[in-house]
Amino acid sequence: MARMKFLCDAERCIECNGCVTACKNENEVPWGVNRRRVVTINDGVVGAEKSISVACMHCSDAPCMAVCPVDCFYKTDDGVVLHDKDLCIGCGYCFYACPFGAPQFPQAGAFGLRGKMDKCTFCAGGPEADRSETEFRKYGRNRLSEGKLPACAEMCSTKALLGGDGDVIADIYRERVLRRGKGSEVWGWGTAYGPAPRPGAQPPAPQGGKS
Amino acid sequence: MRALVSLAVISALLALAGCGEREQVTEFKRGKYQGKPDTPAWDNAPLTYESGKWTKGDRTSWETQIKTRQLGQHEHKRIYQ
Repeated sequence: MARMKFLCDAERCIECNGCVTACKNENEVPWGVNRRRVVTINDGVVGAEKSISVACMHCSDAPCMAVCPVDCFYKTDDGVVLHDKDLCIGCGYCFYACPFGAPQFPQAGAFGLRGKMDKCTFCAGGPEADRSETEFRKYGRNRLSEGKLPACAEMCSTKALLGGDGDVIADIYRERVLRRGKGSEVWGWGTAYGPAPRPGAQPPAPQGGKS
Repeated sequence: MRALVSLAVISALLALAGCGEREQVTEFKRGKYQGKPDTPAWDNAPLTYESGKWTKGDRTSWETQIKTRQLGQHEHKRIYQ
């Protein structure tokens, strides 16, 4: 069983925003809604600038699903987190719960009234008849039902953004990193908690005063 | 007389039916999806003008198609092999 995920390689992303454009075009996303965006840190600092493309990460234990008061979220067999817009009340709880800022709310009225939530669907549409006009209008294109991957990942010019089964794209990324001449230091314990301490080394002295 | 009684009973039933109330809200249960059921992606036939090849309703063949597509993102395999 596939677990659909996105993986963005920060070493490759050139902040071209091709993924953002591909998403907006493919799903005809309205103004003011960005299902995907590119985040850059250290912008302009030579050698330290890194970009990453962010959208709904289709979490295995999605917090948006947990907080939704009307239970409009569901997860497909392929691990894609989707929602039913007919049930959504636009409360915004999912936006507060999401660590990635994925849920978006179109302005639905003259006074800034929030519309129904919109987010990345992994190009899997929604709970309307697949490939129907209604599904496209509410959720965008259903590329998975056409045997394709999300448009953002397939359009990525540097292939920084990978989309698909978590195991498959992790293998692609792993092989890529090994070809760059890096090895086990980019995985596992060392990555998560820093390099192993040298024998006899003292813990670093606390710095500063109150935190 | 019987017809009159029957008419009165039917009228009373109709009047009472108007007082009945249907459930106005969905029953909220934690972790239960309340919306419409969705069709799985693999339960669709491939588009005629596309290159995808799988059998409608056969999940394994659809997953094979998607995996081929995923490996298309691997330029080391796509270009050099």
